[in-house]
Amino acid sequence: METQKLTFFHPDQNQQKSLYLAQEKISAGFPSPADDFKELRISIDQEVVRNEEATFYARVSGESMQGAGLDDGDLLVIDRSMEPKNGKIAVCCIDGEFTVKRLKVVEDGVFLIPENPKYQSIKVTEENELIIWGIVTYVVKKV
Amino acid sequence: MFALVDCNNFYASCERVFQPQWESKAIVILSNNDGCVIARSNEAKALGIPMGAPAFQYYSFFKQKGVKVFSSNYPLYGDMSSRIMSILEQYTPNLEIYSIDEAFLQFKGFDLFNLEAEGHRIQKQIRRWTGIPVSIGMGPSKSLAKIANKIAKKYDSKTGGIYCINNEDKRVKALKWTAIGDVWGIGRQHCKRLESIGVRNAWQFTMLPNDWIRKQMSILGLRLKKDLQGLPHIQLEEIQPSKKGIATTRSFEGTLAEFKDLEERISTFASSCAEKMRKQKSSCTALIIFLRSDPHKKGVIPYRNSCVVTLPYATNSSITLSKYAVLGLHKIFKKGILYKKAGVMTMGLVPTASRQLPLFGGEESKHLLIMKALDHINKRFGPHQMKLANQDLQYTWKMKQEHLSQRYTTEISEIIEVK
Repeated sequence: METQKLTFFHPDQNQQKSLYLAQEKISAGFPSPADDFKELRISIDQEVVRNEEATFYARVSGESMQGAGLDDGDLLVIDRSMEPKNGKIAVCCIDGEFTVKRLKVVEDGVFLIPENPKYQSIKVTEENELIIWGIVTYVVKKV
Repeated sequence: MFALVDCNNFYASCERVFQPQWESKAIVILSNNDGCVIARSNEAKALGIPMGAPAFQYYSFFKQKGVKVFSSNYPLYGDMSSRIMSILEQYTPNLEIYSIDEAFLQFKGFDLFNLEAEGHRIQKQIRRWTGIPVSIGMGPSKSLAKIANKIAKKYDSKTGGIYCINNEDKRVKALKWTAIGDVWGIGRQHCKRLESIGVRNAWQFTMLPNDWIRKQMSILGLRLKKDLQGLPHIQLEEIQPSKKGIATTRSFEGTLAEFKDLEERISTFASSCAEKMRKQKSSCTALIIFLRSDPHKKGVIPYRNSCVVTLPYATNSSITLSKYAVLGLHKIFKKGILYKKAGVMTMGLVPTASRQLPLFGGEESKHLLIMKALDHINKRFGPHQMKLANQDLQYTWKMKQEHLSQRYTTEISEIIEVK
């Protein structure tokens, strides 16, 4: 997996979905210090789901995408609303079988590229039936 | 202008999204307990497998012809349906759900301005986002949109699944194409009478004098005539419900926030569905209950949710259905939301005569059955579990579901696996 900086997430207050539940009662006395924390808890769902209607989940099986940080048993968030583009990691269905690979779109065709030297790239030929099912947007893994 | 969006072979299409190897192959879906065929792909229809075919009689035929058999997976169909309805709501605030896989959209303002292109956008978005193919018919009234939808589906290769009746020529042609028995809202009795006086298609019907129609078919007949002439006159409520499932949904005048208010509404909607089913002598095997806030209003907490309740037996009893609908409501109700719309839909319709457990006699036996269900739960889970709301009916009754696909979208342990 590429080394990545650790990023802390702040609630996005401009986002339509972030909710405020201010339940402060009007009363005499000291203001509650808790009022500074009136936002709802951060929700992973809100962070990783862009279009609810187009979001599906899948479980990784095998090591073919290890290099991209997709390990056996990881949970994938798939957004079907995103356009499949060169370089994206996609869940595809090739000849009736689901697979997750990086898309390589070149002039003479489409390749499904694994990220593990032990696996071979797949060149999609006319005999293959390929459905690009959805684009992987997040990986959820247990550490 | 109205558009009727209708999912193509909905149950079969849902299964194909997660098992694409069955694309363009024959698929059938069986009712609860794997009793009979309740849905077919086009390829299965072409093999001559009839709706309602008893599964046990057909198993060798299925095997011989390579027909893929699925048990009905209502949690999956219900979730896919609510995704589609939610996408449709992005296009217009005027959405009327007609059944689990059909909805009317009303377009105002830019009415005739390239509505067909809008239809293609809707079709493409639903296909891309959910994997479900839809057909769209458009016209100046609901009955015309319905006819347009039929044309779109029937001549799919020519129309691309979209047909718009937007001028007089097309309207007349479409009406002449529609046999009188296929006109929405014309039942068998009226059909016979009309045929006896030489009315064979919808166009001929619209040529009948108003007095005759009113006398023979009441005011509803007259409204239907006007609707077919392109002047919107009919409400979904007064028309025969869809054969695929019944929906009762409402936008509220104001908003509702209290559980008891919603409970009353949901319970009423369920009873209304039951009544409609009794009228058409069918029973259902699952319910979808849904709720949402106003998606077009700024400043309110957005919320939408739906759930599927699978029934242990097919029924059209108002008492039973409203009980189960309220169970579903318990699962999805959230406090602090201003609800604008709610609804109940039925799925898995089977003819009441051929359902598997014809247990209902009079009112008394209905009650007996509810008691029986309660007892069953108590026995299985102990007396503290009496609160039906917490029960997942999927687990309560062991149904025969030998060909059940996974709950890909509602159960994390059953999502697809990718290599």
